Amino acid sequence: MGKKTGSKLDVEKIVREKAGGRLPERIVQELVEKLEEYRSKLDKKKIEEIVELTVREYESRLVDPGEPVGIVAAQSIGEPGTQMTLRTFHYAGVRELNVTLGLPRLIEIVDARKTPSTPMMEVYLDEKHRHDKEKAMEVAKKIEHTRIENVASEIIADLYTNSIRVVLDPEMLEDKGVTPQDVVNVIKKMNIGNVSLEDEYTILVELKEEGDLSYITRKKERITNAKLKGISGIKRAIIQTRQTENGEEYVIITDGSNLAQVLKVKGVDPTRTTTNNISEIENVLGIEAARQAIVNEIMNVLQNQGLDVDIRHVYLVADIMTHTGRVRQIGRHGVTGEKESVLARAAFEMTTKHLFDASVEGREDLLKGVTENVIVGQIVPVGTGMVDVYVDARGMMKNPPSGPGEGEA
Amino acid sequence: MSPKKFDVREHKLVPKHERVPLPEATEILKELGLDPTQLPQIRASDPVVKAIGAKPGELVRIIRESETAGKTVVYRIVVVG
Repeated sequence: MGKKTGSKLDVEKIVREKAGGRLPERIVQELVEKLEEYRSKLDKKKIEEIVELTVREYESRLVDPGEPVGIVAAQSIGEPGTQMTLRTFHYAGVRELNVTLGLPRLIEIVDARKTPSTPMMEVYLDEKHRHDKEKAMEVAKKIEHTRIENVASEIIADLYTNSIRVVLDPEMLEDKGVTPQDVVNVIKKMNIGNVSLEDEYTILVELKEEGDLSYITRKKERITNAKLKGISGIKRAIIQTRQTENGEEYVIITDGSNLAQVLKVKGVDPTRTTTNNISEIENVLGIEAARQAIVNEIMNVLQNQGLDVDIRHVYLVADIMTHTGRVRQIGRHGVTGEKESVLARAAFEMTTKHLFDASVEGREDLLKGVTENVIVGQIVPVGTGMVDVYVDARGMMKNPPSGPGEGEA
Repeated sequence: MSPKKFDVREHKLVPKHERVPLPEATEILKELGLDPTQLPQIRASDPVVKAIGAKPGELVRIIRESETAGKTVVYRIVVVG
């Protein structure tokens, strides 16, 4: 047996005890890892000393009370933002599918738009489907929204015989995984007339009601847009391979988004599937997931442009946006518009409207924020301006101050 | 369609949420020096709040994975809505 096995030094336990919650998890882990390397040269006392030093160093680097972190965050994101391209498209592997990135996307996120300009999903698959291209295709076909238009080569309205003829494209049928009989069934359900297969790929719809040209055109529209299968909103589903912790796996990228419905599809891994539509995430997965999604999306945009912004600034933005339990935009209808102070709101936009409304309602401004105090010319409650001096008058009477400085000349 | 309904708490974007019992909640607020109105909020209709069964007025402890701190604990108060 080794000589030194007697000294059973539980580095982690010592560190945790000594730190006592004063250090974040990440630093504790890093510290333990490093100390393990040198454990042969350490004893309990030395470890404790190191921890104490680390705590002191950590605390000296915390943000000071009163520091205007919001302004620092705004500048830290804003300055690199000026270097962003105004309109970038990034091709998610396939030519047809492009995604808004760069400044327009950033604006979209902080504006908390209900739908992004290019909604997109990353659909991960379960154990059974993720390693086999065929099986992945199956799932893709299930979620891709397919209308009759997508599988027909021609849809002809014949006013003379009062019928509509749908000519199917065999290749497209195969591609979307639909049979002519499926199409017939869908049209039959619409209950607009007698539906029959004229030949293998031609469907004849004999309308039961006579009508004029506009009537028959309307019916033709209905057939064209009838849903065959899939999930509404998913315009296209593309298979990609991706390197993940499960090794190489097939992932479905979609054009269009419908998180609630896609999560229910068999074969989809609902724990990893995401969308770039933050509003959908908020509704389906809750406010905390939305916060995380905001962080991910903003960081993704910044990194894509090669900009190195500290994630803590982005955390702050996401925290403020989700503070009230729903996603608010950074702007007039959100964070800025809901400010407590009348003067601060008036300084931002529609000055007279805010002032009129406030005077009609007899509002009060407590001058607690930064903007209000700039307006009235007081010291701004930021940094050292946060501190007030209070004099304990009664205490002074009991113990008159003595010491250098004051006193008789 | 699927046999058992998907639990939103299993999604990788959703951090761990826990209900905080009232005595502990008062303790926490005292320690932080906050009154409940100053806390970030979470709506009673939030899917995760529904999943853990928290009621308005209750405190929810959220344990987030943080890139900088490893783990962070934050609190939200459940509000009507």
